[in-house]
Amino acid sequence: MDLSAINPALLLASLLVAATPILLAGIGELVVERAGVLNLGVEGMMITGAICGFMATIVTGTPLLGFIFAALGGAGLAFLFALLTQYTLANQVASGLALTLFGLGLSSLLGQDYVGLKPPSTPQLDIPVLSDLPFLGTVLFSHDLMVYFGIGLVAAVWAVLKYTRAGLVLRAVGENHEAAHALGYKVVRIRVLAILFGGACAGLGGAYISLVRVPQWTEGMTAGAGWIALALVVFASWKPWRVLLGAWLFGGVTVLQLNFQAAGVAIPVEYLSMSPYIITIVVLVIMSADKSRAPASLGRIFHASS
Amino acid sequence: MTGTLLKIEGLTKAYPGVVANDQVSFEINEGETHALLGENGAGKSTLVKMIYGLVKPDSGTMQMHGTPFTPAEPRAARAAGVAMVFQHFSLFDALNVAENIALGMENPPAMRDLAEKIRTVSEAYGLPLDPFRTVGDLSAGERQRVEIIRCLLQDPKLLIMDEPTSVLTPQEVEILFETLRKLTAEGVAILYISHKLEEIRALCDAATILRLGKNVGTCVPAETSARDMAELMVGSELQTPKSAGAALGEVVLDIAGLSMPSPSAFGTALRNIHLRLRAGEVLGIGGVAGNGQDELLLALSGEQRCAASAIKFKGAPIGQLSPNARRALGLLTAPEERLGHAAAPNMSLTENALLTGNLRKKLSQNGFLNWSKARNFASEIIEKFDVRTPGPDNAARSLSGGNLQKFVIGREVLQEPEVLVVNQPTWGVDASAAAAIRQAILDLAAGGTAVIVISQDLDELMEVADNFAALNEGRLTEVRPTQGLTIEEIGLMMGGAHGMEVAHV
Repeated sequence: MDLSAINPALLLASLLVAATPILLAGIGELVVERAGVLNLGVEGMMITGAICGFMATIVTGTPLLGFIFAALGGAGLAFLFALLTQYTLANQVASGLALTLFGLGLSSLLGQDYVGLKPPSTPQLDIPVLSDLPFLGTVLFSHDLMVYFGIGLVAAVWAVLKYTRAGLVLRAVGENHEAAHALGYKVVRIRVLAILFGGACAGLGGAYISLVRVPQWTEGMTAGAGWIALALVVFASWKPWRVLLGAWLFGGVTVLQLNFQAAGVAIPVEYLSMSPYIITIVVLVIMSADKSRAPASLGRIFHASS
Repeated sequence: MTGTLLKIEGLTKAYPGVVANDQVSFEINEGETHALLGENGAGKSTLVKMIYGLVKPDSGTMQMHGTPFTPAEPRAARAAGVAMVFQHFSLFDALNVAENIALGMENPPAMRDLAEKIRTVSEAYGLPLDPFRTVGDLSAGERQRVEIIRCLLQDPKLLIMDEPTSVLTPQEVEILFETLRKLTAEGVAILYISHKLEEIRALCDAATILRLGKNVGTCVPAETSARDMAELMVGSELQTPKSAGAALGEVVLDIAGLSMPSPSAFGTALRNIHLRLRAGEVLGIGGVAGNGQDELLLALSGEQRCAASAIKFKGAPIGQLSPNARRALGLLTAPEERLGHAAAPNMSLTENALLTGNLRKKLSQNGFLNWSKARNFASEIIEKFDVRTPGPDNAARSLSGGNLQKFVIGREVLQEPEVLVVNQPTWGVDASAAAAIRQAILDLAAGGTAVIVISQDLDELMEVADNFAALNEGRLTEVRPTQGLTIEEIGLMMGGAHGMEVAHV
């Protein structure tokens, strides 16, 4: 076993990359849940985003267009969920699970002709002085734009929820939809918009896997990342910065255990592979032991009767 | 200052199967306090929802200051100067006071300015509030202040109040009335909905009475007796419950040093409660909602266990016994929440009868249910307690609140309990059903059962209870005979004015 082969700078840099998919999906789902909707279809929206983004990138040759189509694809699938749960008042848990199954099937169907292709690579940031800095340059300043976009999105979501009227109304809808309705806020419209936002974010997260992390298309390639994102939101106590922390933790342990495997550490591979899931959840469970609680209307069906 | 503010003519709103409002007309003058009276289901809420823009009328007109007033949504109503204090559903527990208030305003100022404004206005009207406290941690009275301040910050011309005093102590009610009188002196009109007729007589200048959606009369409350108003609401004569006045027997329930944490985050822990209950006694427990009433019921029913010797039933410690073990002994309970706690909403009345009656009525054998026996038991309840329903196969949720309450109380009464504990037995129940339920409680006590009635309706407690005690922040006051208690004494037992003071603008 040779731990000296592990380069800390590269390790930290790949941590940011490994965390980005679940970070994007998680922050989207956080907004959805703060609006009082439980969408368990994150996995389905991610994989749909992954294939939509992959196809668009192959066809157009531009990764940026790929990400845009990925967001549209995720949002499209989320719209189906919004239709089911907000207008026909279907059960959110069942609809979300169905959405995941549907997304997995749909993506395999769409992706049949794309297996084995290689997408054009997503450009990396290259800022003359900063990117050349030793250590810091590698860790912080030589990623693709989506990494920064993800972190920026967390900050934006946090600021909007905390400081703006729109954020306050969104939280109010998630907290008590009857009261929000009585005060004249459009509960269903706000929730549909939140669901679409969540779908777009999940789509971006999926496309990040198929375009940057892997990068190629295989069936079921999100491999449970959507479920981790869901767990992340709960154990992050619905707080944006904790989602970031959780995602980094998960990404970090993932990368570390891969490095350990490569270095031949004498721990069975199975244990190393499960470690990111276990460590992330244990840490977040401990952190979520404080007083914070779920949005009170989470998962409840709203109908503006009488 | 005496011009007509709001004129309503021929307002009609029908829902499938029921006409909620049928040709309702009345006027409210500036600076007037106008009461809207009626039983549950008389159409009061629908009417105020139309004024507040939540519901669109099918026909009829409203005029504000002589110009047509058709609010399409609450925002439009608020812009026109209508503000509403809701009975339920309008605060957000997890948000703080300032955020809650900002949500009810059209163009709220920046949070810091708003917080300052809340402090000034709330102190000016004698309703002090800290803008940064989380609403979930506030008492019921404080929550209502939040709603009132939210309305006052919009400089309303018409303030609608839906059952505002149901959660206040008598002293708090007096302070609220001072605030309201101050507002009417400034020219604000108030539309006041309440069941409490004495309050209406003290506060309101005019009253409109609704029955089954129709306007059945108007009166000047100060010149009409409460009984006459009640009969206008019900449309028939009221029966006053009578106690047979049986002699009290042995001590059956002895609670000594009962302390218990609350199972819910925003609940109240019970602290060192002592009381003794004798056979044939009706003990009324008053107090403002959220002072430990629900927790006391949980402790007595056995849903939450406490120290074994804290509760003794005929001398035997039962604090650790399960609800069924207590039922077997003869300690029965009927919780406040009808749908979801006392009854399972989607199950039939027969099934609901089985749920608590199984043990004492022997409705099952060797683990198999005896459906015919259960159905007979349900039918017996329906018959003896005049529950209006097509039959025992109907789902509990299909019954109106009053009918379901009669069923829930009847189910326990017919099991011949030794001790019966009821929480809010007549909450949201119309006057005639309430009278029937109170009579059943009195009859039960006359037969030697000890009854604890937990209620926020002081008139009800005065009517049925032999002795009275109040819960205040999880502590129980000493038990005193009801006879001779004045309303001031009761108010002090309930915790006085909770730091409220009379408005000093």
